[in-house]
Amino acid sequence: MSTPVYLDHAATTPMVPAAVDAMTAHLREPGNPSSLHASGRRARRIVEESRETIAQALNCRPGEVVFTSGGTEADNLAVKGLYWSRRAADDVRRRLLATSVEHHAVLDPLHWLAEHDDADLELVRVDELGRLDLDALAASIERDPSTVALVTVMWANNEVGTTQPVTRVVEIAAAHGIPVHTDAVQALGAVPVDFAASGVDAMSLSGHKVGGPQGVGALVVRREIELTALMHGGGQERDVRSGTLDVPAIAGFAAAVEVAVKEQAERAARVAELRDHLVAEMRRVVPDAVLNGDPAHRLPGNAHFSFPGCEGDSLLMLLDARGIECSTGSACSAGVPQPSHVLLAMGRDEEGARSSLRFTLGHTSTEADVTALVEAIGPCVERARAARA
Amino acid sequence: MRVVAAMSGGVDSAVAAARAAEAGHDVTGIHLALSRNPKSYRSGARGCCTIEDANDARRAADVIGIPFYVWDLSDRFHEDVVEDFMATYAAGRTPNPCLRCNEKIKFAAVLDRALALGFDAVATGHYARLENRPDGVPELHRAVDDGKDQSYVLGVLDERQLRHSLFPLGDTPKSEVREEAARRGLLVADKPDSHDICFVADGDNAGWLREKLGERAPNHGGEIVDDESGEVLGRHGGTYGFTIGQRKGLRIGRPAADGRPRYVLDIEPVSGTVRVGPHERLAVTSIRGEQPRWCGPAPAAGTRLDGPDVTVQLRAHGAEHRAVVAVAEDGMDIELLDPAHGIAPGQAAVVYDGTRVVGSATITAAERARAS
Repeated sequence: MSTPVYLDHAATTPMVPAAVDAMTAHLREPGNPSSLHASGRRARRIVEESRETIAQALNCRPGEVVFTSGGTEADNLAVKGLYWSRRAADDVRRRLLATSVEHHAVLDPLHWLAEHDDADLELVRVDELGRLDLDALAASIERDPSTVALVTVMWANNEVGTTQPVTRVVEIAAAHGIPVHTDAVQALGAVPVDFAASGVDAMSLSGHKVGGPQGVGALVVRREIELTALMHGGGQERDVRSGTLDVPAIAGFAAAVEVAVKEQAERAARVAELRDHLVAEMRRVVPDAVLNGDPAHRLPGNAHFSFPGCEGDSLLMLLDARGIECSTGSACSAGVPQPSHVLLAMGRDEEGARSSLRFTLGHTSTEADVTALVEAIGPCVERARAARA
Repeated sequence: MRVVAAMSGGVDSAVAAARAAEAGHDVTGIHLALSRNPKSYRSGARGCCTIEDANDARRAADVIGIPFYVWDLSDRFHEDVVEDFMATYAAGRTPNPCLRCNEKIKFAAVLDRALALGFDAVATGHYARLENRPDGVPELHRAVDDGKDQSYVLGVLDERQLRHSLFPLGDTPKSEVREEAARRGLLVADKPDSHDICFVADGDNAGWLREKLGERAPNHGGEIVDDESGEVLGRHGGTYGFTIGQRKGLRIGRPAADGRPRYVLDIEPVSGTVRVGPHERLAVTSIRGEQPRWCGPAPAAGTRLDGPDVTVQLRAHGAEHRAVVAVAEDGMDIELLDPAHGIAPGQAAVVYDGTRVVGSATITAAERARAS
């Protein structure tokens, strides 16, 4: 088969050449960044230069970048680490506030703390576009601010692409001295992300969503914030994260972040234009397709549709057979596809939630990708509908 | 042809998929997610449908070089198979969920979806043979491996379903299938065969039913009565835990007067009584079957199937009994020329003519031989 039409950049996006170069340049060199000899110092230098590169791109201090194995670890470290340290300082802080549309890497640690560690989880509602209800969040905090351990609100949703009013969240929480974490895994490189200006206390990032390698990420966390460690060992990263650092991956990650931030505006404009074309064409060939998410506050590369009368799974398979790759966007929990919690939180019923597909564009997307999808989708929708009948 | 290969994660369905692909079909591997809450790992040889099984199926598809997807049929499976299983036991009968799964899921829900999505057929790892008559009508036959033959659980497939089915293993002994799996580099080659009922993970039917039926059980206990003397021999924990012909697990505690083992003769869900007696009382000479299914053109009511090679099989891996079958409007009346023992209503009577499967019906009544 010819090269697939890749419309799943939110799942992972191809590495940019600068990241491949940076990563491969270090693969043949030995050196543990914790070693004291020349090889160790060289490895350490690569890590620290990478940290500085990322800090500069995100407008944070180098010491605020904690390297992790990826976005999921960063989310876990933020949620559990903040909860434990905040509760250790004052045992009444047991409330966890989050949107109902967080990624599972945030939601699952929250649920785990509620089930196993006496936390009280409050998921704040979103509207039908997936935007957080700020009044509901404020009301929830103000009911008893002293008992809130943390607030976590994703910068942008991974399924429907809706961006959240993170700076407003910070305003509300900061008034009560409550720390805010944001999962910015999907946002970085797609929209402007400035750590200092945002006011958040902790922010999760992932390497492979921005054109870097898989298996590396970071939690950017303000120096003043204390975190309880999840993994204990050598204490390599600020004593909150242990484990020998993956030097080539960190170098690749930093190179990708640098490119993603430098080219963000230009890339977003190009990708958004392609995406708008995709949406317009989709409406032409499948008039009853419903665009999900917020049309205004939205990631540039995201086009998420419901196809009434279709199973998303069937559509995905039919498109895949034609070399077009996309996602149902739903979490595949325990091997059985579940209806998306994001769409359910936005007020869709289970059937509606199962009828959706996510197309996400990125730095390698072209007009030809959109054309291929537009040509294939009509017959696929017809087929998938017949399979439901 | 474009073929969906149902891949359970076991060795048979993996080799069946590989053979279909090798035969030149455009094959897509599908693992059916049938459990609403799949366990992570299979335990021993029991059960299936764990995440580990799904992964085994995926790895087999990788090796064969075919696309692979998971289809979630857990709701359909629950409604059509699990609920039927519970209701049948609650009514004092003995279900065959594998047969129901073939009838309602694999060759109905899956086949219909596959056809609608543009596929032509469903391939499975069942041991049975399909032969096309000169006029193109498909016939379902027993597999060449007598020990593995699964035509019994396929006896519910009608002509249309057979036309869209592939059973690539029907002409091969199981041992050769394992060797072939190893030769093809399929890691499931030495995976143990699955036994029992896939959704009863630990094989404890009565315990599973006790938990799942709960309030819906007709009773959670009653008397075990000697059918001849009327004497109460003991108590049991629910009629749903019994099958006609069962000997083990009665826990009567004391031997019969004549010292011979006792068997379940009758299950009365309303009164909660389980009647027991000696083996010869289980002998059955005629059977009534309902909900007939014909694996080909349906014979007219009134037809008598009385050829020299006509037999019936009354349970999975059970014996063949020579029989004369009278086709009725809504079922069949089966006269057994060789008496059978311990026939449980709810099971299927599958009618054969030689190796060919003619059709099947659900046993609703069995007439015992006159006590001698």
